[in-house]
Amino acid sequence: MPENIAIRTQAPPLKHITDFSFRHVEKAILDNGIPVYTLNAGVQDVIRVELIFRNPAFNPAQPLMHSAANRLLNEGSSKHNAQQLAEMVDYYGAYYENEQSNDHSSVMLHTLNKHLGSTLPILHEILTDPAFPEKEIQVYQQNNKQRLTVENEKVASVARRKFAEIVFGAQHPYGYYVRPEDYDKLNQAELKKYHHAQYVSNHCSIIVSGKVDAEVIKSLNSIFGSADWTRSNGAMETVSDFKPSENKINYIERDDAIQSAIRVGRPMFNKTHPDYAGMQVLNTLLGGYFGSRLMKNIREDKGYTYGIGSAVASMVKGGYFFISSEVGSDVCSAALDEIYKEIELLKTEPVPEEELQMVKNYMLGSFLKNIDGAFNLADRWKGIMFYDLDYRYYDNFIQTVKSISSAEIMQLAAKYFKKEDLFELVVGKKQ
Amino acid sequence: MISFNRTKLSNGLTVIVHEDNSTPLATINILYKVGARDEDPDKTGFAHLFEHLMFGGSVNIPEYDSPLQLAGGDNNAFTNNDITNYYLTLPAQNLSTGFWLESDRMMSLAFSPKSLDVQRQVVIEEFKQRYLNQPYGDVSLLLRPLTYKVHPYQWSTIGKEISHIENASLEDVRNFFFRYYCPDNAIMCVAGNVKSDEVFKMAEEWFGEIKRTFKDERKYAAEPKQTEKRVQTVERNIPFDSIYRSYHCSSRLEKEFYAEDLMTDILSAGKSARLYNSLVKDKKLFAEIHCYGSGSFDKGTITAEGKLVKGVTMKQAEEALDEELKKIVTEPVSNDELTKVKNKVESTMVFSEIDLSGRALNLAIAEYMGDAALINTEVDRYREVTAADITARAQDVFRETNCSTLYYLSKK
Repeated sequence: MPENIAIRTQAPPLKHITDFSFRHVEKAILDNGIPVYTLNAGVQDVIRVELIFRNPAFNPAQPLMHSAANRLLNEGSSKHNAQQLAEMVDYYGAYYENEQSNDHSSVMLHTLNKHLGSTLPILHEILTDPAFPEKEIQVYQQNNKQRLTVENEKVASVARRKFAEIVFGAQHPYGYYVRPEDYDKLNQAELKKYHHAQYVSNHCSIIVSGKVDAEVIKSLNSIFGSADWTRSNGAMETVSDFKPSENKINYIERDDAIQSAIRVGRPMFNKTHPDYAGMQVLNTLLGGYFGSRLMKNIREDKGYTYGIGSAVASMVKGGYFFISSEVGSDVCSAALDEIYKEIELLKTEPVPEEELQMVKNYMLGSFLKNIDGAFNLADRWKGIMFYDLDYRYYDNFIQTVKSISSAEIMQLAAKYFKKEDLFELVVGKKQ
Repeated sequence: MISFNRTKLSNGLTVIVHEDNSTPLATINILYKVGARDEDPDKTGFAHLFEHLMFGGSVNIPEYDSPLQLAGGDNNAFTNNDITNYYLTLPAQNLSTGFWLESDRMMSLAFSPKSLDVQRQVVIEEFKQRYLNQPYGDVSLLLRPLTYKVHPYQWSTIGKEISHIENASLEDVRNFFFRYYCPDNAIMCVAGNVKSDEVFKMAEEWFGEIKRTFKDERKYAAEPKQTEKRVQTVERNIPFDSIYRSYHCSSRLEKEFYAEDLMTDILSAGKSARLYNSLVKDKKLFAEIHCYGSGSFDKGTITAEGKLVKGVTMKQAEEALDEELKKIVTEPVSNDELTKVKNKVESTMVFSEIDLSGRALNLAIAEYMGDAALINTEVDRYREVTAADITARAQDVFRETNCSTLYYLSKK
């Protein structure tokens, strides 16, 4: 017999994670005032450069302007057409990406370090000298209208967008429900005007991660640090309050749906609120991981769905909580009953100690993953910089996860999961 | 350069260790050499259903997920036509929890009837969610049997039809487990903040007593050479007409694969690729177009698929697509174009290795392909490809009698 026989009937003893320290960004300032946050880590010779711009106020007459301007940046400059720009990026094996949220627009370059010198000038050209050619705008309008028409056939996609409209209101940028005809409102003159106001050094922050040294900062300064794109767009105004729907129960019928998409949730605060960390624990317990109550009950016990989950989403002006799933149309009502049952249970019965410990350990383990590697570390900074928060946000998160009690979880559930505050949406067939 | 150490236990289990002390985490990736191609034609979708049952409790552990979550870890799995792969990530100090869980389910499952009942239902919902209740969702269910007449790639991993999943019995589950889930039919890769000698010792402790039982009696019927043009037309409630073309090509294991892979990149990878610029941007015939290879272990396929712009006729669209394909068949690709896709392959590889679990999976797959060390020489195989190689592959692949076309039309 081998000297060590594995004991299989009980779990090996666990060691708790004690060290959650992680690398913070360092700040440099370019000559024109752009803050550059650098995160030097990792073993591969790769680098990621992201320029993030805070969006100006939402204009209901041009609801797609933020995203369209951002997505059309690399469709041609005054010197190169769209294909040439793409060739230049691809030739060096680099990746150019763009990203739009309600609050920000950003452009991002991933490249091997050895090609940074060749690719940064392309990024600069894309960002500061877009031509918005008519022909490219037309292709963009045409194909995105088609894409949206296909999306509108999907119950999950309709539910996701419609639910935002329900909790934030149709006139709020977070809740605006995009229609195919919105693409027709775009035109070259408006795009150029918007670009001139939006893509300026005053509203720009840069995050650089990967293998970053002083030379990189120097290159960034020589390319993005000049004053020729320094001006204010004067339009960083706050938006209106949320105006949630009058109707708590919403239903969009789809006759031919064999599955129905479900959303249940409510508008909420964002990560600056003192209850936010606690809500993340409550959310994880309810629907934020594979072992959550919703998964255990509605998938693993009843088999009503391939997946069900919940999330708390944070934006600069607020946030929301939502549960989402696609379930067989024949079991839609039964699934909704179970969802409300699970919500009620959180308010009336304390979470058993063992389950709470599992949620806590799972969250702490996930946090460890989220601080692994340069790009993840950069994302942790990105997650707080626009909320005027600092790294103490994460200390507080860890502390809350470690210390929150069953009683506190019950209080949070009672406070934020009142039945009368919850909105419900079904897209598909109820029975 | 990804370093690793490797050993084989006496029961045939291959163990690979990749040390990375810059992370506090560890990953265990276990690749079982079984996939949808191993299924009985009357019991398709089974390998994937079985993957779900691997989480329904093992001989000594009533439930897989809870102890792992308690240890701060999480996990997932996927099934394709060739392999079933399971991976978990957790804080490195709790690595033994991972060994405990993985070895117990390799030893034997609980074979719980309740788990089978529920997971059958979950997989049927997955079938509906991903294949039936989505516009264009059933394309692979149509295109595969049109392309393959003999080889088991003729069905998708989800299965041919829901009834096959409904009919799966506990006896099927038992047979499948004891036939394929053997240590000598698996490759384990442990990566992260670990020490090779300690991992080898743990592997022996936890997996060493599992019996070597695998009998490899598998033979996959070779797909006969296609000799005629194949066409199928369907109408669906979808907004825009689409076309899907599937061409037979080589397997992931043949040297021709590398030229074919670069060929599809030239046609379709990124915004500078040919099909997008010609057919979407210049001619405005397609709203989207893609071309990609299956990368499968037996002879695979290259698929070209596109959604037509509203108002464009199928004839116009198809002629333009043919013209582009003809170009790569008749004209050599330029040096710049070739360098571009090679550079892109190199950087894609480096970026895919940033993630620890990505490295572990790539090592396990390379080992299944013959040698984990392939992971470090793969880029050279691409560098060796010439323009003439690509022309040769294009001539062989893009032939009318090697093609199956699915016209997927909007119901008027």
